[in-house]
Amino acid sequence: MPSKKELLDLQFIDARHKLIDIAAFLDRIDRHPGEEDYRFTALKNALPILLTERPDRARAVLESFSDLTPEIAESAPFQGAFGAAIPPLTCL
Amino acid sequence: MKYIEPHGHMVSRTTDDYEKLALSGCEAICEPAFWAGFDRSSADGFYDYFRQLTEYEPKRAAKYGIKHYSWLCINPKEADDPGFAREVMSLIPQFLDCPTVLGIGEIGLNKNTRNELEIFEAHVQLALDRDLPILIHTPHLEDKLKGTQLILDSLASFSKLDRGKIIIDHVEEHTISHVLDAGYWAGMTLYPESKCSPNRAIDMLELYGPERMWINSACDWGHSDPLSIPKCALEMKRRKHSAEDIETLIYQNPRKFLSQSSRFI
Repeated sequence: MPSKKELLDLQFIDARHKLIDIAAFLDRIDRHPGEEDYRFTALKNALPILLTERPDRARAVLESFSDLTPEIAESAPFQGAFGAAIPPLTCL
Repeated sequence: MKYIEPHGHMVSRTTDDYEKLALSGCEAICEPAFWAGFDRSSADGFYDYFRQLTEYEPKRAAKYGIKHYSWLCINPKEADDPGFAREVMSLIPQFLDCPTVLGIGEIGLNKNTRNELEIFEAHVQLALDRDLPILIHTPHLEDKLKGTQLILDSLASFSKLDRGKIIIDHVEEHTISHVLDAGYWAGMTLYPESKCSPNRAIDMLELYGPERMWINSACDWGHSDPLSIPKCALEMKRRKHSAEDIETLIYQNPRKFLSQSSRFI
C-alpha cells in the first residue's frame, strides 16, 4: 500500500485541478443570469461534507444527492436523471 | 495482461473498438441487452436486437479473437409499459438456448416505479425457472440509492434465489455495502463522468476486498471508454497492487461468476 506522500505525489495535482474547476464553476454560475436551480443548491449543500472528519466522504456526498423519498410512483413521469433529487413541491 | 470485459454494449461501438480491445488483452466480452438511446416502436425491434446480440455480434468479435456472450431482457427504461414489456418478454425464451446466451440481464430499475418492479420480478422468475444467472442494472445518479434498496427488497422475496448467481451492477460508495452484505456480487462501472472513476473503484476494492467484485466499462453509445478496464489496471499498478491482485479483479473474478453458466468457456 502506498504512503500518504506517495499518493500525494501521484494524485495531488489532479485533485487540485478538480477543486479549482469546481471553484470556477461556482463563480461562473453566480455571475450568469437566471433563476435559482435545485441542482446548484444541492451541489453547494454537499460541499461542507468535504471538510468533515469522516472516512466515508464520498458516500456521504452521494447520499446527499440521492432521492430519499419513500413513495413509489406507478409509472415514470420522465426517463432521465439529473444528478440531484428534485425537491418536493411545497404547498403555498 | 489478459482480461474479461463483463459488461459492454458492443452494438453501439465501432469495429475499431474491437481491435483496440483485442490489442489491450481482452479475451471475452459480455453484452447485456439495454436501452438503445430511444424507445423501440414495436416488439419486432427487440426481436431484431436479440438476433443482433446472438448471431451478429459474436461473429464480429470473433474476427478479433474475442469471445462474445450476451444477456437478454427488456431494459428497465422500456419496462415502464408493462403490456409492451410482456410482449417483448414473450420473445426471449426462443433465444435462451442460443449457445452464447449467459442469462437474464440487464434487468433492474430506472425511475423506481411499480411498473418497472413488476417487470423486474417477472424477469427474475424467468431466470429462476431456467436456472440462469442474473445481471442487474441499478438506476442512475439520484435514483441509485432508492432503486438499489427496492431491488434488494424485491430479491429478498424470492426464497429460492441463489444470491451467488446474481450480480448487481453500477454500485458506488453509497450502495456497495448493501449489495455485498446481502450476499450478491457487485459490479463497478468505470465511466468518465458518472458512476465510478478508476481511483474510486480501487478505493472500494481496498475497503471491501476483491471477493464477489468485478469492474466493467459498460461502454455504449454515450460518454464511455471501452478501454477503461486496462486503464484501471494501470492505476492499480501505480497504487502498488500486485499483478496477482489485478488479475483477480479483471480476469479471475468475472471468469468465476460467468462460469456459473455452462456456456461461458
